[in-house]
Amino acid sequence: MTDTTPTREMAPARPTWHVVLVRPETMTLLLIIIGLVGASILSPFFLDASYIMRSFTLTAEMSIVALVLTMVIISGEIDLSPAANMALSACVFAWVQDAGVALPLAVIVGLLAGLAMGALNAFMSIRMQLPSIIVTIGTLIFFRGLAQIIAGDRSIRVPESFVGINAVMVFGVPLPVVIFVLCAIVLGLVLGTTVIGRQIYQIGTNQQAALHAGINAKRIKVGLFLLLGVVSAAAGMMAASRLGSVRYDLVLGGELQMVLMAMLGGTYIFGGRGTILGTFLAAWLLVIVSTGMTVANLLPAIQLTVLGILLIVAIIATNFIYARTQR
Amino acid sequence: MVDAPKLIEARGISKQFGGVEVLSDIDLDLHAGEIHALIGENGAGKSTFVKILAGVHTPTRGSIKMNGDAVNVTSPIAAQELGIALIHQEPVSFPDLSVAENIVMGRKGGGLLSRVPWATIIADARRYMDMLGVSIDVTRPMHGLSIANQQMVEIARALASDSRLIIMDEPTAPLTPREVDTLFAIARQLRDEGRTIIFISHRLEEVRMLCDRLTIFRDGSHIATQTVASIPEDEIIRLMIGRELKKYMRKHTASIGETALEVSGLTLPGAFEDISFTLRKGEIMGLGGLVGAGRTDVARALFGIEPAKSGKIKVGGRDAKIQRPPDAIDLGLAFVPEDRAGHGIFGTLPVEHNITAAIPGKIAPSGVISRALERGFSRKSVDDLSIRLASLNQPIVELSGGNQQKAILARWLLTEPEVLILDEPTRGIDIGVKAEFYDMIGDLAEAGRAILLISSELPELLSLCDRILVMAEGRITAEIPRDEANQEKVMQAAVPRSGIAA
Amino acid sequence: MNLVRNILFRREAGILVMIVLFCIAVGLYKPQFLTGQSLRIILLLTPLIMIGAMAQMLVLVGRHVDLSIGSMLGFSAMVVGLMYREFPDLWWVIGFPIAIATGAVLGIFNGLLVTIFKLPSIIVTLGTLSLYRGLTFIISDARQINRSDIPSELKLMSRTSPVFDIPWIILIAFGIALMTYVIARHTQLGRQIYALGSNPEAAPLRGIDVTKVTLVVFALSGALSGLAGILYASRWGFVNPSNTGAGFEFQVIAAVVIGGVSINGGVGTVMGTVLGVLLLGCVAAALPLLGIPGSTQNAIYGSVILIALLIDRSVRQRGAASISRGGA
Repeated sequence: MTDTTPTREMAPARPTWHVVLVRPETMTLLLIIIGLVGASILSPFFLDASYIMRSFTLTAEMSIVALVLTMVIISGEIDLSPAANMALSACVFAWVQDAGVALPLAVIVGLLAGLAMGALNAFMSIRMQLPSIIVTIGTLIFFRGLAQIIAGDRSIRVPESFVGINAVMVFGVPLPVVIFVLCAIVLGLVLGTTVIGRQIYQIGTNQQAALHAGINAKRIKVGLFLLLGVVSAAAGMMAASRLGSVRYDLVLGGELQMVLMAMLGGTYIFGGRGTILGTFLAAWLLVIVSTGMTVANLLPAIQLTVLGILLIVAIIATNFIYARTQR
Repeated sequence: MVDAPKLIEARGISKQFGGVEVLSDIDLDLHAGEIHALIGENGAGKSTFVKILAGVHTPTRGSIKMNGDAVNVTSPIAAQELGIALIHQEPVSFPDLSVAENIVMGRKGGGLLSRVPWATIIADARRYMDMLGVSIDVTRPMHGLSIANQQMVEIARALASDSRLIIMDEPTAPLTPREVDTLFAIARQLRDEGRTIIFISHRLEEVRMLCDRLTIFRDGSHIATQTVASIPEDEIIRLMIGRELKKYMRKHTASIGETALEVSGLTLPGAFEDISFTLRKGEIMGLGGLVGAGRTDVARALFGIEPAKSGKIKVGGRDAKIQRPPDAIDLGLAFVPEDRAGHGIFGTLPVEHNITAAIPGKIAPSGVISRALERGFSRKSVDDLSIRLASLNQPIVELSGGNQQKAILARWLLTEPEVLILDEPTRGIDIGVKAEFYDMIGDLAEAGRAILLISSELPELLSLCDRILVMAEGRITAEIPRDEANQEKVMQAAVPRSGIAA
Repeated sequence: MNLVRNILFRREAGILVMIVLFCIAVGLYKPQFLTGQSLRIILLLTPLIMIGAMAQMLVLVGRHVDLSIGSMLGFSAMVVGLMYREFPDLWWVIGFPIAIATGAVLGIFNGLLVTIFKLPSIIVTLGTLSLYRGLTFIISDARQINRSDIPSELKLMSRTSPVFDIPWIILIAFGIALMTYVIARHTQLGRQIYALGSNPEAAPLRGIDVTKVTLVVFALSGALSGLAGILYASRWGFVNPSNTGAGFEFQVIAAVVIGGVSINGGVGTVMGTVLGVLLLGCVAAALPLLGIPGSTQNAIYGSVILIALLIDRSVRQRGAASISRGGA
């Protein structure tokens, strides 16, 4: 009959090198190399690993949060409040220990505060089914506002014994960097090899299909928001330890950098795609870029401009790559 | 009628979606001043064809002439300017805008900063609604209107657009007989003014009552165009269904065993009421009826996606409480949904991840996925169902519709279900692959699975099922055993006795 | 069957009642709150937010968000401030078209990113929020525009008045509200914005040029932010690269969602938005009187947004319930 009709049964599989090359992580790695080469021309400091490590401690807390945020974005949600969460948790922590609560207990109170904030986001976004992008703008203002009420315009000092996490060295590597690397490995394994990780991708790709396949999307998303809340709190206290004191404007505007790390690492803003490796690499890329700009004596303001441009370019680029691989 | 002037001459219209040809080489002439019926089974390509005329889709090949001039209907705006209006099957509206604005929205008029002539808009809207005999306040917002009234607003919009070609895609489905009468009167009036109407309907008696000529589509091809008066009903049905499918027969009939699923008094207000049936092992039970009769809602309730409000479900003789899909899966139920792209596949994820999505416990006994186990399961599925693919790592969207559907079926077979619910499993699938599916469904029954098959394709139900339940307006209206089943019986039970329940 | 409309109506009536109750409560405690003087304070607190809220209302109705308005305000104010400083001889009124045009250009850039690349507006404007702020630093060399550089005529607009002792700046804000009302209610543009937000999939089927409408919405948002920028210079008499406009987006979004504009698009009225702005103004004016530190403001804005979201949701659900009842 008419079996000459070329109904396409399937597209040919792309060759492996092609698949690897169009992975956004490859782009991020490439950018790191370009950045390193460029920066080392500007200043020989750059090939000094310990210099980069020390620079990294400045953004290690946010980078850790960005790893969890990546998982949240892959699941199809977003959270713009973690920076405010970091500030509020740190303020709560500093405030209660200032009021005489024992240090370990104060840390636990800080973590619980973070958990509660994650729970509020989860309640509003998942239980009440409001779009998380708007909800977390609301909670971002709210958390920051509460931090402002607690701390006012002053900075709350943290006890000497708690200060200096960035000065602790593990085999010559600053502790925050070690924590970041460990978190990346653990979360990378969770996302890449476990059922939960697989289901995060499935939910983010097609939530309805996930529901029909018997995957409990709500529970996983609530879990991710809670995890993000706790990790943000821990990151906030790490920042407190590094800075020695806490103000309400701790990592003000940090949500931009965290989203940027995820986007630069190739996380798809609409969910379903992205890797921990990508965000891990992007965190280093950002450190190299901003350190490079500092070494080159650029105003911090220009760095702000560059971050904004990078965010926009990163989304356009990942959208472009994914649109191509989709066909 | 034959030498009436031609309004539309469509030549060689073809359309592909993702490599699947859904329309091939359609030639069709539409006369000025006629009501032209377009009929065919679900998926025959009627809606795609009219959407091409209305600029919603652009054809892959082919040309359209209007009044003898070649035209390019590249967008809905272009269609509007040419005087082509489409009344969508499901009302497309702006819920937050007033009824009046919904009627006039899109009417050509001035730049962005030009004034909105509220008085005229409201007066016009009132006039058209009066013409349709609908008494609703045209300044109220659209949302909250009943489906029938929304449909009437759609129709009013087409009237207001003053178009030369008005396409009605199943306009009567939600309407009461009285509303249908009004609609028909208006359609005739429009025809007498010299306008052309394309009327898509599943109800042959409506076609007989209203239309001058009819065109039959089947599997994306133009089969016949005739004057309605000259073609007997059984000939229409024969042409609609074609011969290829008739040939299919179940090879074996399984021996029917003990009860697998027993449902009594299942009710979800607004969707279905008092659904009771038993389904036994080795049995294929069909669930027929028109689209919107509540069949899919029953399936969704059984699977815990939107649970019923009252009624009882027994699985394997024991009372079952199904509140969420995992409950259903634990009880040995599986559900292949109708909307493959929306509810079935994870499009951009590898085929493998799609196949193993419902068996996390089997591929990851410890929580960590075992690549070897996963490979094993998916390889076996690919072989058993002969899924054609280049690689298990390929994104599933790259497969053809039939192979995507096989992968979804494979997902559920891996859960080793006792009860398999299939909702329109062969929709949008090439004929050749359809036959494979029929074999598979037969084999599954023979292996002792209980199968609930929802289908709008009568031949599919008639040739595959041991029993057919028919639903209309949320209720079961007939239960027909295999040897008594025929087209007429099923259709009779499926056509709603509207007006009483509405 | 007018249930839904009643709810919408009640939303505006509800805000009005809240304003009245709030004022009475504060007035009982501090009678000076109910004087004309304090009304003047309230009104003077609101013009910038009012203008920003009008723009944001149109953006939200069209199912988008613009987070960059504070940075656009700051950048436009800085451009005008630099112009006044570098060219003191120019006629001061020229500042208005320049501020508005500057804002419009930034807004169009947002709109282009959103429409060409089909990106979510919230992420785009999060990026440009940072980008525009950085540019403000760059063009100003991180230095403030001082009081002495800003023409006194401009500063006087915040104090002197043509009629009823109401300063110019307030009249302009209400003028913008009136203009927005006309656009929203009586122009094709306005109705198409509502249509687009109400059902984005249907809009192109009904002949709406989605790209054009979206661009215009973002351009308007930028232009009005630019206007707010020059009025900022008038009101406060300085332009600072880091403070001017910082956090403006939060106040504006709070005001707009209190006013009943739905984040799901398609729903929102100028009346509601004006009332939302006034309610925020009352709260802001009452805080110092009540001895509550200004640092609580952000927490109040944040909680107000969250509560408004929940109210919005319950209104929607009631609407949905009435659909299923009406559909039987």
